[in-house]
Amino acid sequence: MMPTKKTIELSRGDPDSGNMLVNIGPQHPATHGVLRLLCELDGETVLSVEPDIGYLHSSFEKLGEFRTWNQIIPLTDRMDYLAPLMYNCVYAMAVEKLMGLEVTERCKVVRVLCMEMERIFSHLLWLGTTAIDVGAFTPFLYAFQERERIYKLHESFTGARITTSATRIGGMMADLPDGWTDDLKDFVETFPKTLDEIDSLLTRNGIHLGRTQDIGIISSSDAINAGFTGPNLRASGVDYDLRKDRPYYDYETYEFDVPIGKNGDCYDRYLVRMEEMRQSLKILSQALERLPDGPINVEDPRVSLPSKTDCMNDMESMIHHFKIVTEGVRVPPGDCYFAIEGSKGELGMYVVSDGGEKPIRWRIRPPSFVNLSVLPQLAEGHQVSDLIMINASLDIVLGEIDR
Amino acid sequence: MTEQLTAIFGSAIVGSEVQCGDQEVLFVEPAQSREILEWLKDNEEHSYDLLLDVTAVDYGSVPGVQVVYQLWSIIHKKLLRIKCSLPENRLKIRTVVDLWSCANWLEREVFDLFGVDFVGHPDLRRILMPKNYSEGHPLRKTFPLRGKFSREKQTKIALEQDYEDYYRPEQLGALGIEPVNDAD
Repeated sequence: MMPTKKTIELSRGDPDSGNMLVNIGPQHPATHGVLRLLCELDGETVLSVEPDIGYLHSSFEKLGEFRTWNQIIPLTDRMDYLAPLMYNCVYAMAVEKLMGLEVTERCKVVRVLCMEMERIFSHLLWLGTTAIDVGAFTPFLYAFQERERIYKLHESFTGARITTSATRIGGMMADLPDGWTDDLKDFVETFPKTLDEIDSLLTRNGIHLGRTQDIGIISSSDAINAGFTGPNLRASGVDYDLRKDRPYYDYETYEFDVPIGKNGDCYDRYLVRMEEMRQSLKILSQALERLPDGPINVEDPRVSLPSKTDCMNDMESMIHHFKIVTEGVRVPPGDCYFAIEGSKGELGMYVVSDGGEKPIRWRIRPPSFVNLSVLPQLAEGHQVSDLIMINASLDIVLGEIDR
Repeated sequence: MTEQLTAIFGSAIVGSEVQCGDQEVLFVEPAQSREILEWLKDNEEHSYDLLLDVTAVDYGSVPGVQVVYQLWSIIHKKLLRIKCSLPENRLKIRTVVDLWSCANWLEREVFDLFGVDFVGHPDLRRILMPKNYSEGHPLRKTFPLRGKFSREKQTKIALEQDYEDYYRPEQLGALGIEPVNDAD
């Protein structure tokens, strides 16, 4: 098929109307990444907006088909650099589900710790940059100071601040280092104070209320139809949280609430995310309490390497070690869709295997991609400054949209 | 559910299976995929109201592309996967944009990367790859990892790209604004 080279007609493109065509991005701080927005304006009012994406396209899905199952893990954290551990975890979880592999209890709790920490990590960036978009600079500094502490936790656990690559099929890259849980406990205890300070700066701030309330409203039925998931969907009053509705890793045994909004405007999306951070802290402290001892990696000959002593002493272990290292893990034929409640919405991985050491297809169900596609519908009729606010309130990350 | 569907749609329901212990998969004929999806969405007993994903798989061993829909029912808390095999010579399927608006970008992505034509889609054009990309559809198995053209040719095409394309001069003209000409 020939590539189409169709240009869209402007919805109200009348030469005599005096409308302006304004191009925002792709290099613009308010677009939160390499996103280009082509807007048609009547004065300050947005008549139509068309997001143009693909500037960061790296073809991760295609690259994945040329890598072994474990080699894909470094690709996953490069998609959402705002919550890398979450992407590491969900990929490993999807492949483990396809293999029918049950990870150890310690690994489960460590991954819950990682995922909830990343939710706070990602929401903090959203909070800081969104506040800056509506003119509040202080919350940005507060949020980034707290983010730096999570960066340090990343670094001491994985050796990297952003490109963590922390999981492996059947466990983690390494066990938690000494004193790591104490540092996390310290964060869980002291972070609420900063969160309250940010809360007092924004939640009842007249300027913030004026800029967010009744802006970018979407009803619950429209939000479902538009494929919204995560905080964006819950802000519209739909009770859908994978941790409750399709629980994984014993989330049903943790005590936490799912905040639900009412109006579906930018302010509700803000409130939902603020509360989610508090609930994540609750989960974190429960997970820290129940963190069991024991091995972090599963003892399964399909994925785990035999010990060095065994390799030196018996031939079969040596061969087994050689096969896993040179050929990689083999996954039985079949396909599996596995999703977790990501920080931005339903984060799913669809993996298809033919029994070989490489996937036939590895598909990411991108929450930001679907959320961003609603932007034109939300922004039409609002002012340009509200378009920036609506875009910020959707919490997108371009690395994952373009993949 | 499979029996119910077979009673209504007959031979359009090709089969069903369960993957990974709890994931229901339904194979349907492309000719009636839209009607089946609409029925699954509107039927109160099932009400799969959330379309999570539209994607495709090229198995390589079988010519053609398999379009995959992931559905979720918020009320009944059920997950369902619909698969639709398209033969190589007829990569066409009806669009579901009018049922779920989120299918718009998802179908565009499948078109961009696999070349599947979604009949009735209001705005079917490339979304991730550049607008002037002419090497084909990258996620097909016949597409080499480094692309179909040589590095030299790829660079040449990239350099030949008209930057004015990005600003749609014809539209600027339509609005009575003169496009800026760098040559002057």
